Amino acid sequence: MSAEQFKDAPLDGPLLELRDVTTAFKTGRGLVHAVDGVSFSLERGKTLGVVGESGCGKSVLSKSVMGLLPKRNVERGGSIRFEGEEIGDAKSSDLRHLWGTQMSMIFQDPMTALNPVMKVGKQITESLRYHLDVSKDFANDTALQLLTSVGIPEPQRRVNQYAFEMSGGMRQRVMIAIALACGPKLLFADEPTTALDVTVQAQILDLLQEQQRERFMAMILVTHDLGVVANRTDDIMVMYAGQAIEKAPTRTLFAEMRHPYTHALLQSIPKLDQPSHSRLDAISGRPPDLVHPPKGCRFAPRCPNAQDRCREEVPPLAERETPGHEFACFYPVGTPEGDEARARNEAEGKVPGASALSTAAAAAASSAPAPPTAAAPKSEA
Amino acid sequence: MGLYILRRLGSLVVVVIIVTLFSFSLIKFIPGDPVINMVGYFDPKKIGALRHQLGYDRPFIVQYVDWLKGFLHGDFGQIFHGVSGGSPAYAQIKRALPVSLELMAFAMVLTLLFAIPLGVLSAYRNGTWLDKIFSTTAFGLIAIPDFVVGIILLDFVAVKHGWLPANYTYWGQNHLDHIKSLLLPAISLAIGQIAGYMRLLRSDMIQTLQEDYVAMARAKGMPDRRVLWLHALRPSSLTLFTVAGLNIGALIGGTVVVEVVFQIPGMGTELFSAITQRQYQEIQSFVAVIAIGYVLVNLFIDILYTFLDPRVRSARALA
Amino acid sequence: MQELSLSPEAGTAPVGGGADVAGAAVEPVVVEQAPSRKFGIGAWLASIWLVGLAIAALIVPFTSLTTNPKYPNLADVGPFKSGAHIFGVDAIGRDQLSLLLWGARSSLILGVGAIAIGMIVGGFLGLAAGYIGGRTDTLIAGVFNVLLAIPQLVLALALVTALSNDQPHISGTSVSFTPVSPARRLIVLIIALGIVSIPVLGRITRANALTWAQREFVLAARAQGAKSLSIMIREVLPNVLPAMFSIALLGVGVVIVAEGGLAVLGVGVHDPSVSWGVLIAGNRSAISTGYAYLLMEPVVFIFLTVLSLNYLGDVIRARFEFRDSAL
Repeated sequence: MSAEQFKDAPLDGPLLELRDVTTAFKTGRGLVHAVDGVSFSLERGKTLGVVGESGCGKSVLSKSVMGLLPKRNVERGGSIRFEGEEIGDAKSSDLRHLWGTQMSMIFQDPMTALNPVMKVGKQITESLRYHLDVSKDFANDTALQLLTSVGIPEPQRRVNQYAFEMSGGMRQRVMIAIALACGPKLLFADEPTTALDVTVQAQILDLLQEQQRERFMAMILVTHDLGVVANRTDDIMVMYAGQAIEKAPTRTLFAEMRHPYTHALLQSIPKLDQPSHSRLDAISGRPPDLVHPPKGCRFAPRCPNAQDRCREEVPPLAERETPGHEFACFYPVGTPEGDEARARNEAEGKVPGASALSTAAAAAASSAPAPPTAAAPKSEA
Repeated sequence: MGLYILRRLGSLVVVVIIVTLFSFSLIKFIPGDPVINMVGYFDPKKIGALRHQLGYDRPFIVQYVDWLKGFLHGDFGQIFHGVSGGSPAYAQIKRALPVSLELMAFAMVLTLLFAIPLGVLSAYRNGTWLDKIFSTTAFGLIAIPDFVVGIILLDFVAVKHGWLPANYTYWGQNHLDHIKSLLLPAISLAIGQIAGYMRLLRSDMIQTLQEDYVAMARAKGMPDRRVLWLHALRPSSLTLFTVAGLNIGALIGGTVVVEVVFQIPGMGTELFSAITQRQYQEIQSFVAVIAIGYVLVNLFIDILYTFLDPRVRSARALA
Repeated sequence: MQELSLSPEAGTAPVGGGADVAGAAVEPVVVEQAPSRKFGIGAWLASIWLVGLAIAALIVPFTSLTTNPKYPNLADVGPFKSGAHIFGVDAIGRDQLSLLLWGARSSLILGVGAIAIGMIVGGFLGLAAGYIGGRTDTLIAGVFNVLLAIPQLVLALALVTALSNDQPHISGTSVSFTPVSPARRLIVLIIALGIVSIPVLGRITRANALTWAQREFVLAARAQGAKSLSIMIREVLPNVLPAMFSIALLGVGVVIVAEGGLAVLGVGVHDPSVSWGVLIAGNRSAISTGYAYLLMEPVVFIFLTVLSLNYLGDVIRARFEFRDSAL
């Protein structure tokens, strides 16, 4: 595989296409199936939101697609095609020419993702110098432009600073500048705002969106917060326990949520249009053990709609009524079967979440779409 | 920064005073009369005169201050030769110190030259057979005392096979032979240290390689070599240098013994002969010189630290 | 001389995949090689060697190996090896096996004795410094730092020289020097190396006590009005002990090696006592004279002993850290 081949790659097909991608870690307890049979395709310039709780495999997914996971103790499967080229089984030495220039990544915590002992300017220019083989002066100028474009005041001074001399939001901007330096076609943003103050979160998300539009860059936005992806993505994929359980264009998904898990995720976000002091649902229970996942639907043990069938049989991820809207559930929310199942469970007193409901003041929500507050499903540690 | 160094120098002075006080009081521990040891025979008149001449009949603290004054002016005491009187110990130390420093520097260079690449490689190949061989070998090498390595190397390489000289050659005599004659002692000192530093760097580096900023550097498409040496090594080497500072003490101790094994005319050999000849004034001065040197090296490493870690630099700039 | 400082081994990532596992836990698990957490075969071998050696060193005075080192058999002047002397016989007719076991006696007594002093004195001071803090801490930490400012071997050398100075005998005008008795030399060595190990063990204890003193259960005990001494001994000490013990194991090895270094400098145990260090120092030219085994046997004994001690120390430390992180 070489860079030459990519120049000839067809420009009409999807930028990224995943089919049945699996990633498992070998541990002392057995194989941990962190990503289990995920498929999707992403067009150029579009944004996909990947949503799920901590440990659902969403972060592993982006590292797996990029090929950043170590070879040892990791089992990968399925097909990953980038611009039509199969990269799922490529060695990291073969992928390196894609990293930075074709696909790039923003990490969750800007405190740990910037090198503590290297000036931020150098962290930007080094990839420019390495990939584009430009002169030192040119690289420095580009770095200043990049810092300006990501909204960093006084870039002249900032390039000579270290990460620890900057605030969290500033660092995340620097990280975005680093990731964008070589003009990638695809950007993975892995929880880009989780580690930041609520007030800074929206700014960073806006910045990402703006940069993405300007550069006609595709983006995969990984988050645990449906609120973050609501207005900023074209499509959403909800993951649970390593699997995609609902997939739809963003509008469709919010219009007709079918999977009880997606529904529960949304319920756990406080909303403005609810009367104050109304009950806010938290999802009870914990995600399943990924070494020995449940036999049937993985969400069944926590699901208010679960029936015997759910515990025995795995519901397939399939399109039902709306084109492009796929979900994996036998008793979907908002359908007669689902309502009936839930009513049955409630009658038998088997609704798992009923006792764990928490209340939260609606005042907590400040703007729509509501930024995550204390009641987010389970904040990443 | 300047203030920081000044403060460190201040605490250095305190340490030096206490250490010299300690090394000075050693002579007071000695059972029997040290002056008899110096003279070598018993003559009450002569001993009395010498005691007075040395000022041993004065209060302890006066003697100490007097000694310290002399010490700071390069008067390291006398070496006594029985009836014939004494000669200044300063000449011995002046001759021996550079030899030891050279040997230690040589050993340190060898250590870092091997330990850093081996540690980095081992961490990079963490868990592979290569790493297992390296780590197990290192674990074993740590358990072999440096003087044992020295004795075996001297006997096997130099005496039995004559591949390298068994005797010390001065730089002035022959440059090449000089370096050759330091090679085995330096290797003896370095082997255990290489193993120790390698293990240390390896475990630090393994942790660093799991850091997000390393993943970030990889995600930027930097080649592994660059990621290892440019991004991961410097943050990982901080512990290494701290331990190196503490370890200089072990290196000095090792040098003392290895010098005796190889009969290198450095501080160790001098100290050895001072002990066998009961030259207590000389021993005192040796201990003081070594302790001061040790404290200075640690100060130096501490300052080096500031250049390696900008976080420390900025904290100290404020201090 | 060996480093006493400890390399922090890479902690293995928690083996996850379970319920509350965050993103970090599904990170690849670092498989750490020897020494492992478990008390595996290596730890068993190390324990067997050390226990076997200790038993042999204890019973050697009551075996037929008793007399050999002290009363050389001049009829059997070596060096040679034979069926009756599988470890060989040295140049003055002493059986190597009995030398090695008598050497084990001295070396082990020395190592354990010195570290016991270091652990008791250093442990108490470190615990007090770390727990009480304030001026006490400044003072004790200062003393440790000063003691550490003198290289350990040089300090030991100075102490041994000062404490076991040869006794002058005056007859008329001539003075002769008699070395101190072997037993006294051994005690002096134990004290000197014990003093040397005080700051090392003390500092580790202090650092550990510092972190434990801030834990909730200690604060809780204090809030309930428990006495400082009782909290120190009941709450803090048990938690600091594993770390101290792990360092102490390494320390025994360091002391055994240090005695070897002192023996090369001529201030090891005294004739007719033997230690491994004395055996190594005494057989320095054995390879070139064709009797390499005279040198290599004590070398192997020291090597295996230090290796076992280091290994066990690491196993304990790994377990301790595991417990620590599990809290």
